[in-house]
Amino acid sequence: MGKERLIIITLGLDRVGIVSGISSTLANHNANIIELTSSEIGGSFVMIMLVDISTLNTSTSELQRILVNKGKKLGVQVTVQHEDVFRYMHRI
Amino acid sequence: MFSKEEVIETFEMIHLSGLNIRTVTLGINLLDCIDKDFDIMKNKIHNKMTKKACNLIKEVNDIESRFGIPIVNKRVAVTPISFLLESVVADLSDKDSITRSIELAKTLNEIAFEIGVDYIGGFSAMVQKGFTKGSKILIESIPKALSNTERVCSCVNIAATKSGINVDAALKMGEIIKKTAAMTKKRNGIGCTKLSVYANVPPDTPFMPAAHHGIGESEFTINVGISGPGVIRTVVEKNPDLDFRSLAEKIKRTSFKITRVGELIGREVANRLNVNFGIVDLSLAPTPTKGESIADIIQMMGIDYCGAPGSTAALALLTDAVKKGGSMATSFVGGMSGAFIPVSEDSGMVKALQVGALSLEKLEAMTSVCSVGLDMIAIPGDTPVETISAIILDAMAIGIMNNKPMGVRLIPVPNKEAGEKIEFGGLLGYSVIMPVSKFGSGRFVKRGGQFPSPISSLTG
Repeated sequence: MGKERLIIITLGLDRVGIVSGISSTLANHNANIIELTSSEIGGSFVMIMLVDISTLNTSTSELQRILVNKGKKLGVQVTVQHEDVFRYMHRI
Repeated sequence: MFSKEEVIETFEMIHLSGLNIRTVTLGINLLDCIDKDFDIMKNKIHNKMTKKACNLIKEVNDIESRFGIPIVNKRVAVTPISFLLESVVADLSDKDSITRSIELAKTLNEIAFEIGVDYIGGFSAMVQKGFTKGSKILIESIPKALSNTERVCSCVNIAATKSGINVDAALKMGEIIKKTAAMTKKRNGIGCTKLSVYANVPPDTPFMPAAHHGIGESEFTINVGISGPGVIRTVVEKNPDLDFRSLAEKIKRTSFKITRVGELIGREVANRLNVNFGIVDLSLAPTPTKGESIADIIQMMGIDYCGAPGSTAALALLTDAVKKGGSMATSFVGGMSGAFIPVSEDSGMVKALQVGALSLEKLEAMTSVCSVGLDMIAIPGDTPVETISAIILDAMAIGIMNNKPMGVRLIPVPNKEAGEKIEFGGLLGYSVIMPVSKFGSGRFVKRGGQFPSPISSLTG
């Protein structure tokens, strides 16, 4: 499967500091953001990140826990999914 | 990178519509544990199962976390225990043999607790063409075995397209079901929820209580049961006016995606445990949770309540589309594969029953196009044994004539009458006692013997 990559989806009401809050959390754990897109769907802010975790300095599950907690502090919902889930579902 | 639409679709499927892996089941061959010395055999079983399955929970939990996909149940299926009993009981009296059989069930139960799985399947026998001493003893021991254990499941295959129906076994199972219910009467006959009677039981299904490690399987196998009634429901809900061809197409596409997740998880678990990846069971399995109902999908298609005219056609469309879409998404399809219609596990089914839309007869018709059969149906506790056997016989006939797996899981709830509400708890749900025909079939089932295999079995 090559590199270990996650897709991180952040959902919630738009406000200052969401992108930097999630990005800095990732940086603190040596996760590298490869792509980032954000948009508004139905009045909600949606940010989708493709993140390389090959050199992560913690476990994936710990990173997930930290990101979810960070999201709660920022007032948004963060979900973390392995890239392979999307690859299997949407690519043949 | 994936498109925004693809990412959102996956997000919605998992986090809003409840897509999950319903079960990861590790199949273990126990034939090499056979020993005439009962204690030695028990030790061999314990050692082999705990050694191989000791990491099952840890690895599956880790995979669940890594991929962000909920994996609801972790289970083990073993070689049908009646095969292991044969050599042990060969020279014993029936009474002593039954004691040994019950002890084996207790051993499996202890192992289930030790390795942390919620069920072990395989306290089973294959008697579609006749009994052996081991299978006879196992069947006799079922009521006590299931009432003295929590996590052991039993399945008795009494019919096959190639063999016909063992009618003596249908009669016997009517009696065994009643006894099992009586022995667990304080909990509404819950023992029967772990017992199914089958035609054409698949050797590789990961779903309980049918799961067992069948003949022809390799030493160890991982089989995966996927689920996603909520996802299909959303598709139907979002497309209220599509014609049948277009609706089937939408369901097929969704089923493909659901199944791909099963394929991913199955490969990963098998790889981690260093065992073969067997099959993905493409089944839509409901739960009592709101939104995870097959009845709701049928209703969403445009039928007032599940059971109303049109329900069989709706279920046929659903089952077929799920199979077609899923079959392209995995290297090996197996098990039941289709839509499950267990009454108590599906809140929409219970509701349909409460309003009078669903009857046992309509359910029977629906089983001819679904994958499992008459499942989790609570019936009055005073239903005669012969009537239960005749219901089983009808289901077996549908199974062998249509060359499909067909199970019966009936719960004659002691001291309860039609219309009364009962609770099983957890994934087993709650139900209302379904009325059963008052007209008898005793003379018919008591003819006994072997019901011939259909002409369609003469192939090749």
